[in-house]
Amino acid sequence: MANVGMLLSRPPKPVVFALCAVPATLIGLDALHGRLGADPIRAMQLRTGWWALGFLLITLAVTPVRRFTGWNGIARYRRMLGLFAFTYAALHFLNYLVLDQFFAWHFILEDVAKRRWITVGFTSFVLLIPLAVTSTNGWVRRLGKRWVKLHRLAYVAAAGGVLHFLWLVKKDVREPVIFGVVLVALLALRLGRRPRSPRAVPAAGPRAETSHQIAGARP
Amino acid sequence: MLIRRPPDIPSRDITEERLYRSRREFIRDAAGVAAAGLAVSSVLAACARRAEGQGTLSAGPNDPATPYNDVTTYNNFYEFGTDKADPARNAGGLRVRPWTVAIEGEVAKPGHYDVDELIRLFPPQERVYRMRCVEAWSMVIPWLGFPLGDLLRRVEPRSAARFVEFTTLYDPQQMPGQRRNILDWPYVEGLRLDEAMHPLTILSVGLYGKMLLPQNGAPIRLVVPWKYGFKGVKSIVKIRLVREQPVNTWQVAASNEYGFYANVNPEVDHPRWSQARERRIGEFRKRPTLMFNGYGDQVAQLYTGMDLRRNF
Repeated sequence: MANVGMLLSRPPKPVVFALCAVPATLIGLDALHGRLGADPIRAMQLRTGWWALGFLLITLAVTPVRRFTGWNGIARYRRMLGLFAFTYAALHFLNYLVLDQFFAWHFILEDVAKRRWITVGFTSFVLLIPLAVTSTNGWVRRLGKRWVKLHRLAYVAAAGGVLHFLWLVKKDVREPVIFGVVLVALLALRLGRRPRSPRAVPAAGPRAETSHQIAGARP
Repeated sequence: MLIRRPPDIPSRDITEERLYRSRREFIRDAAGVAAAGLAVSSVLAACARRAEGQGTLSAGPNDPATPYNDVTTYNNFYEFGTDKADPARNAGGLRVRPWTVAIEGEVAKPGHYDVDELIRLFPPQERVYRMRCVEAWSMVIPWLGFPLGDLLRRVEPRSAARFVEFTTLYDPQQMPGQRRNILDWPYVEGLRLDEAMHPLTILSVGLYGKMLLPQNGAPIRLVVPWKYGFKGVKSIVKIRLVREQPVNTWQVAASNEYGFYANVNPEVDHPRWSQARERRIGEFRKRPTLMFNGYGDQVAQLYTGMDLRRNF
């Protein structure tokens, strides 16, 4: 029994890796079998983007989950989850660059420069690049405290991703709004529980309020 | 003891008898008028061609028809959900017979027309048109329909009539998408009277030689090939001739993005994406979008002297 409990609280990394790769595998299988509908490129664009944002939020949820559930084992998957978020974002970007636009640089530049939802989406992807690069043990050691600061950019990238999604949809905003609410909640938890901050207010009420205001502010 | 169990197949998944019968009626009626009308015989010829598996439908040398499966599974019809696959999934329960279209407003002969009566009065012709969605994808669809102008002439618009307003059925029971306020239901579209009278403008009752499926706007819908697809209001229950320019549903939803005219125009971008190119469903590379969707020769004169950037 102890082994089962151990396996559940600390599943081997290859298992977690395989789970994270399931959405990409399904997208690939659907593409192979022509199950992506009449516009497969658009379908892949939407699904890779959805999972990029999904994994980003899952990654950001690791620390709050650990705090609230005491499940410390989860921390060891954070890097992998973050790298999957980056991978899905990269697939999303490559799908746009290659399959959707086929390197039509003129149109790509116009999109990035003129259309705010693409500007913000592209920026978010670019922000994730240094985070992926500095995800190795060596970089964590070298950057020390600055590593933590740098990796707070993940929140900015997630906020950008939510806006990107929100500005994309024509009318049905349910999904981007759900993503946004989750992000705001994660941010609130983060800011609401800063243990050794000198300016921390003892009472829970006003502190939560402040964090909501900060979280609610648009970048 | 008799234990009542619900049938394994929900009744909504069984082809409705009326629909089933109406297809037969349609074929019978079409056959009936074939002798008289060359147009209808060409429809039947086209059907026969497809039956032999050598469909050569196209809107031009470079525009082969989009496969039937794509035309009937990739739809924007928010009354049945906002995902492109939703209408094909959710529209099966739409009762398309009996169906009445009210014609009212500034006309000498207002009235209610049964859709089958319309099909008898105006034998459907095949029209293979390009369809350009405002979302920058496109199809080529072999419609069956009749010129809207033929119907309008019959009801005799009064001189005060300057626009035509079309309304989709409002019935949240049958149209689950209407249970949420995604759009300001019912869906309303409009045309200027001269656009409505233009010979390219049709009311469609079928495609690929078959009755329209609900997801494509059964039993009767508008097709205006030089305008973005959202102008093609589906499942029409009311046609009203009016003095003032109607306010169409997408204009209400986002007036900075969707105008009244909505003519296909590669030079006027949507605020969020370029309209210069489009992806033809089934093709890999995007192709350039044509002014008035390639129908400029026939329709450009409708807009002489008009600022198309302002009247988008």
